[in-house]
Amino acid sequence: MATKKKEPALLRRAVVKKILAKRGDAAVVTGIGNAIHDVFAAGDDDRNMYLSGIMGGASMVAFGVALAQPRRRVIVITGDGELLAGIGSLATIGVEKPKNLSIVVIDNQAYGATGNQHTHTARGVDLVGIAKASGFERAEQVSKASELDGMIDAIYRGDGPYFAVVKVSTRSGPRGDAPKDGTLLARRFRAAVAGE
Amino acid sequence: MASTHANRGANRNITLDRREVVSRILKERGDALLVTGLGAPTWDAAAAGDHPSSFYLWGGMGGASVCGLGLALAQKKRRVLVITGDGEMLMGIGSLATIAAQRPDNLAVCVIDNQRYGETGMQETHTQFGVDLAAMAAGAGFQETDTVWTMEELEASLSHLYGTPGPVFIDVKVTDAPQPMTLPLRDGPAIKHRFRSALLGKA
Amino acid sequence: MARKPADWSADVFRILKEEGVRQVAYVPDAGHTRLIKACRAERSMTAVPLTTEEEGVALLAGAWLGGEPGALLMQSSGVGNIVNMLGVARECRFPLLILVTMRGEWGEFNPWQMPMGQATETVLDAAGVIVQRADDPGRVAETARSAAAMAFEGGRMVAVLIGQRVIGFKDWSK
Repeated sequence: MATKKKEPALLRRAVVKKILAKRGDAAVVTGIGNAIHDVFAAGDDDRNMYLSGIMGGASMVAFGVALAQPRRRVIVITGDGELLAGIGSLATIGVEKPKNLSIVVIDNQAYGATGNQHTHTARGVDLVGIAKASGFERAEQVSKASELDGMIDAIYRGDGPYFAVVKVSTRSGPRGDAPKDGTLLARRFRAAVAGE
Repeated sequence: MASTHANRGANRNITLDRREVVSRILKERGDALLVTGLGAPTWDAAAAGDHPSSFYLWGGMGGASVCGLGLALAQKKRRVLVITGDGEMLMGIGSLATIAAQRPDNLAVCVIDNQRYGETGMQETHTQFGVDLAAMAAGAGFQETDTVWTMEELEASLSHLYGTPGPVFIDVKVTDAPQPMTLPLRDGPAIKHRFRSALLGKA
Repeated sequence: MARKPADWSADVFRILKEEGVRQVAYVPDAGHTRLIKACRAERSMTAVPLTTEEEGVALLAGAWLGGEPGALLMQSSGVGNIVNMLGVARECRFPLLILVTMRGEWGEFNPWQMPMGQATETVLDAAGVIVQRADDPGRVAETARSAAAMAFEGGRMVAVLIGQRVIGFKDWSK
């Protein structure tokens, strides 16, 4: 389960940039913390909802978007700590099986925003196993650059819900100035995604 | 690690009666310490026989397993058994990860899974729709996990609940047949004092 | 651990040890970094990282049943996650010592932290938790000692709110 030593660990900013290069008209919901900076660094977009709060809530927010926008792919980019704080959401989503939802966990095995304390994934918790047990039929983990293309294809194609864990280095990168005003974010997201 | 994935989607008949299951499990309790999750598991444990080493939760939905963890960490030489329901377990499902990360070898969690929220009108829980609690526990890193459908399987799981180095997780599928309410002590401080007196010789 | 002028963490750690705290449950927060590290390194303590703060309330109920005092460390946003579980501690009168590092107040840069930060004290009060604030680095330790006594001897739920002013303007997320 641990990242293989032979290949350099994946870098989160680069991974997310690569994923979002293929986004098309997908809507993106981020979890709190570094995921915001990953997504913002890949290019700000009106269809991005940056959640600077509600730890544990990103997947459910995205699930709500997915139900409301069944023809659009909805992508969650979040961290392992954020996902763990709302891990029961996987069961709730696994029961409903939204076809257009993909959850991507950028797993650095640490709470990066608070001092890099280990999360449970550093101690053997298998998020893919939990997702499968929750009813996700498509769930996988990648840790190598060579596996990224297949995962990116799976994020945007095929029936969801799809769940991916990308093991990354704890190194992140510079932080941009992602918009934080919730009313602004909600308005521009609704205008771009729902036409309202 | 026991493979539980074989149970996923299994359309096996559910025939076990929750009172018989809990009564059978608790018959073997010996000096084990028990924590029960709110609702029917608390009534089941009361029906099986009141005991000073039983701590009955009447609230705190989602907290039974991790309450068992705190007890297991404090009393490493005693077996700690948590008996709770599927709805209660789902509400605190992240505690499976928290427990597995600590690897308490003296803790066993047993879910009496009727796939319903029994106290609120028998609405379906997620386990009715394919969510596999034992597989979630395995994913979290529990050492021994299983799903039990028959009395024979229950008999085989007893040694896991009381003996196998944990954390152990057993999901027991039971029918949703209604049972009479059997209410134990409900005064929180009284339950607490009795439990601590029996265990520690002090309130 | 080197004693810096504002190193309240070392003092609080010493107090937790003196008060016999054996289980320390936490969801990480930057303000608690040093305290968590010290607790993890201490052999007499079991440090339990949580997925969400409400687990900690139930964990420490079990710890008390088993004869071990505990402490729960969290950021103020976590206070919103524990409210229903506090009912167990209140009804059974379990001692509960909570050390909360504040967000959403003094110098806050993230607007999303404001709602919970501003509601923290009211929410705790409504749930029956005694609240003691520490807004001066020099007062954190004595406040923690007071809270520990009220919790473990007085059998109450007590929260110490460590002000964002203590933790400083620094953006810890950078």
